[in-house]
Amino acid sequence: MITPGQTVGPFFGQALPYDGGNELVPVGRPDAIRLHGFVHDGDGTPIPDAMIEIWQADATGRVPRETGSLHRDGWTFTGWGRAETERTGHYSFTTVRPGPTEEGKAPFFAVVVFARGLLDRLFTRIYLPGHPANDDDPLLASLTEEERATLVATDEPTGLRFDIRLQGEGETVFLQHD
Amino acid sequence: MSTTPKSDAAEETAVPSSDAAVTTQQEISAEIEELASAAQHAGGEARQPSIDYPPYRSSILRHPTKDLRHADPETIERWAPCFGHRDVHPLEADLTIGAHAGTNSQVSGEPIGERITVSGRVVDGEGRPVAGQLVEIWQANAAGRYVHKNEQHPAPLDPNFTGVGRCLTGPDGSYHFQTIKPGPYPWGNHRNAWRPAHIHFSIFGNAFTQRLVTQMYFPGDPLFALDPIYQAITDQKARDALLATYDHDLTVPEYSMGYRWDIVLTGGDRTWMEPEEPKEHSE
Ligand SMILES: [Fe+2]
Repeated sequence: MITPGQTVGPFFGQALPYDGGNELVPVGRPDAIRLHGFVHDGDGTPIPDAMIEIWQADATGRVPRETGSLHRDGWTFTGWGRAETERTGHYSFTTVRPGPTEEGKAPFFAVVVFARGLLDRLFTRIYLPGHPANDDDPLLASLTEEERATLVATDEPTGLRFDIRLQGEGETVFLQHD
Repeated sequence: MSTTPKSDAAEETAVPSSDAAVTTQQEISAEIEELASAAQHAGGEARQPSIDYPPYRSSILRHPTKDLRHADPETIERWAPCFGHRDVHPLEADLTIGAHAGTNSQVSGEPIGERITVSGRVVDGEGRPVAGQLVEIWQANAAGRYVHKNEQHPAPLDPNFTGVGRCLTGPDGSYHFQTIKPGPYPWGNHRNAWRPAHIHFSIFGNAFTQRLVTQMYFPGDPLFALDPIYQAITDQKARDALLATYDHDLTVPEYSMGYRWDIVLTGGDRTWMEPEEPKEHSE
């Protein structure tokens, strides 16, 4: 029997978030970008007690195999980060744009979302806006234009913006992998 | 606690709405009952837990209403982040000694409560061990109180207990924590709502798609039938998968009671699907 999930609840803040969790690379590194956005509920209200994790290839498309995410040394790219939403429902990462893991593949950030009130974690992806390989991506190709828009980040001068809507208008497309 | 500013999670312990203020356990139990029999009649393999589960009031606006889309896992999703001794100190698995790296606690004495050992194995859907991966736990103290800024349950804090622990699984997927048994605690879902005693677990698999956050419960808790979070798993066998079992072999003579809880993640691992290593780069 597969072990079922349960909500992360309201009290994870003492246990799971940690200093530097959302800084996959140091702020200010030349190729660093900000990846950020808001998490909203079905009423459009920001969710102040959600947690987002990302997992990604480095800029060359290599899947990181290095340890050290929990105590970052500022030099090693581990590919994984964790951010809790603030009071305003805002989350933010400092990272780099992932490269394609195979030639011709659309790069994306793999994402998992947790929140109080959310009974099981949700998977999604953040694709890069305007990437030429997006058109050939099997998942993006299977979606309507409106749905596709929920999985593609928006370019900003400092990096990428990606909002997550758990329910209702513009509901983010969430994934199952089995 | 009247001076506590209106805060994010306060909603959980205070009352979500005036409507919920008068919702009784009887009404919640009736909703639980109704959804349980609906699930039974529907038959088939419903996903567990149900994420659309109104008896857990906070879930109403926080679950997607569209079906999850199937996506074949891409390369990045078939791998998982790596954690190692740089990330986790072995003493972080003992919550009874406190002073954990990362929690800033300066613990001198021993926490109050029933000392327990919680141990088990993390395996994938094929029964293969998940080795060297990160397991994180958090829990209330013996009085049912969390160390958290938004906690409002007026039960005593324990200066010697942070309720936070971490470890890495062994080569056989085994994990091992030394802690104290958490108490049940009240919450604001409805009038006189109490959570059964539980330990929160966060687990990584061999693939990112195996990521799991869940809760471990203790056998025989009288609150099971009343709890909308536990009952959101509508299948009894799936619910049972969250129960630890008392294991006398894990009980340490003259010291602590032993509980065993094994964790089974979804799917096989990438070595079964795709044997090669991810590509190396030239940097
Ligand atoms: Fe809890």
